[in-house]
Amino acid sequence: MPYTKRRRLVSSAVAVALGATALAACGSSSDDGEAQSGPVSLTYWTWAPGMDKVVDLWNKGPGKKEQIEVTVKKQASGDTLVTKILTAHKAGKAPDLVQAEYQALPTLVSNDALADIAENVGDVKGKFADGVWQQTTLGTDAVYAVPQDIGPMMFYYREDLFEKYDLAVPATWDEFAETARKLKKAAPDKDLTTFSANDSGLFAGLAQQAGAQWWTTSGDKWKVGIDDEATRKVAEFWGGLVEEGAIDNQPMYTPAWNKALNTGKQIAWVSAVWAPGTLTTAAPDTKGKWAMAPLPQWSDGESRTGSWGGSSTAVTTDSKHKDAAAKFAAWLNTDGDALNALAKESGIYPASTSAQLSGAFTSPPEYFSNQPDFYRKAAEIAETTAPSAWGPNVNVAYTAFKDAFGAAAKNKSDFTAALDTMQEETVADLEKQGFGVAR
Amino acid sequence: MRSASRRSYGVKGAPYLFLVPATVLFLLFFALPIGYAVWLSFRKVQVSGLGLGSGARKEVWAGLENYTGALSDSELLDGALRVLGYGCIVVPVMLGLALLFALMLDSEKVRLASFTRLAIFLPYAVPGVVAALLWGFLYLPDVSPFHFALDRLGLPQPDLLDGGPLYLALSNIAVWGGTGFNMIVIYTALQAVPAEVYEAAKLDGATPLQIALRIKIPMVAPSLVLTFFFSIIATLQVFNEPTTLKPLTNSVSTTWSPLMKVYQDAFGNGDIHAAAAQATLIALATLVLSFGFLRAANRRNKQEASR
Repeated sequence: MPYTKRRRLVSSAVAVALGATALAACGSSSDDGEAQSGPVSLTYWTWAPGMDKVVDLWNKGPGKKEQIEVTVKKQASGDTLVTKILTAHKAGKAPDLVQAEYQALPTLVSNDALADIAENVGDVKGKFADGVWQQTTLGTDAVYAVPQDIGPMMFYYREDLFEKYDLAVPATWDEFAETARKLKKAAPDKDLTTFSANDSGLFAGLAQQAGAQWWTTSGDKWKVGIDDEATRKVAEFWGGLVEEGAIDNQPMYTPAWNKALNTGKQIAWVSAVWAPGTLTTAAPDTKGKWAMAPLPQWSDGESRTGSWGGSSTAVTTDSKHKDAAAKFAAWLNTDGDALNALAKESGIYPASTSAQLSGAFTSPPEYFSNQPDFYRKAAEIAETTAPSAWGPNVNVAYTAFKDAFGAAAKNKSDFTAALDTMQEETVADLEKQGFGVAR
Repeated sequence: MRSASRRSYGVKGAPYLFLVPATVLFLLFFALPIGYAVWLSFRKVQVSGLGLGSGARKEVWAGLENYTGALSDSELLDGALRVLGYGCIVVPVMLGLALLFALMLDSEKVRLASFTRLAIFLPYAVPGVVAALLWGFLYLPDVSPFHFALDRLGLPQPDLLDGGPLYLALSNIAVWGGTGFNMIVIYTALQAVPAEVYEAAKLDGATPLQIALRIKIPMVAPSLVLTFFFSIIATLQVFNEPTTLKPLTNSVSTTWSPLMKVYQDAFGNGDIHAAAAQATLIALATLVLSFGFLRAANRRNKQEASR
């Protein structure tokens, strides 16, 4: 017995040392039948910075007890990782655990890359808001991932400049438009904000707030509602502002955009809970001058927000140790210590509702030290997140958005025409692939 | 006798034996991947129903579907046209400058020749992505020192990341990076011209300009053909510059050049089959264009030789 045990330990240690998925799969296939008893080593693909330190907590604590060792392999974020997972899955060599954005889950599930872990994650459902949880089930009885972080959207503005130009924080989108016009009149070289076509997530979140349901199912057919009334309203609103020149039309995340924020050329930003991190690097000189408020509403007295960003931890169908992997995923996203470490090391805003007001979130982010109740307000806003509806070709819709809205923003032309293009390209792609599509 | 026949067999087989490593490498790392890409281009993924759950996605034979799809895709054709416009600026300007610099460096009156040669060549050593980033920052109105200077002087500031000027902006990056390499190729050819040719010309009373136009340029014509050939291929494969500038402006779409479309289809939309078909078409177009040009150039050379 000591011999076999040592041999197993050695083989898993080698697998961990090399960090090779292939080896891990080989090493574990030998003890497939007794997966629960022997030591297990899992590979985890994630882009969250500092995740290795969080995983260390597991490997030294509960993981050691259960003989489940997790190795982190740092990856590129978002769509790039989806492609990589799908490629690895085709070869049957996807890692045990992956980080995936919510809108990528249907794509991964439709490629049969994610395992249903409903039976393995226990009672974690209660730790998350319904709207967040529903994204990991795709409206079925299955559970394809455990929510990790969320990105409820908020309105950020320069408190000092709003005062200087005598602007009120807009409670509705109509007031938002008025504020933009008023600023343009008072200071023609300044803009309230910009409509950026280079991040589709922002537009998706704004449409979600307005009540859009971009992908829904009826029977065995998908229905694409990108050009639904709610989204049309959002597109018309922003297109109108760009057309009349009330706001800028240049993309975000460029050196020019950083400068505009840092010098007060743009004095507000519709963003999400992670904005403090971005502002810290984009506009370091204006620290302490910003404030956060709920997103403007479509009708008075409403309180709804969309989400922009956020991701989950999923177990792949290639994993030989789905139960162990699911156990880790549940620990990572619900355990108090793990979430505290995640907040500290990776700077994420947790999906778990109990963590949103504890530990790292009892004091405001450093950049917003002037707003002591930042995270209390954030948690309140997060509760009002509207449900989202993702489909199996979000990537195609997102690319179509960038190109069509980029051109429309540049030419200050009709945004609803761009929306039609986005709808058509998304439907055409689904049909081309053979999905059942309801027209 | 037995040993003799054996030896003769061995001698016959030797060339093939020597060919084996190259053939194996060629097959493994060239023919096989290309063959696989072509095979992929004739297949597609067929989804049924909602596409959820296992078995909902099958890879099936597609025949020429991906090819007809690519050829009827206006975006691919538009991309090709955009690249054509870009190439019409890049190739003449870059080769013209390269020739001019090479001739100037080769003239007798030049000073600081080796320094100048290195200075012109240096941008070629800068990776394409870095060059595009560097120029991108110089183009962006809000952070560009040029725009700042123009603003101070009260002059109009063109937006180089939009419309027609965008082509100039993209071409400029390629010209900046590529001129040095082409100049070295032409300059090396100039160095190989025997000195007595120049002496004879001088004795006949030819001016330096006449020497350049009547002797040097015809003598380096093969290098010009070669650099033109390289430039056509590089132009058809343009990817780095527009991809790097894309996040900075609304004017560069994700499918600006044909290769960007291939990349987008393969890694953005996850449709490797369509991407493989497009890649095959682009490879064919590159072959036809570049070898067509080479043949035309060779034919002219032969005609001139026989004249």
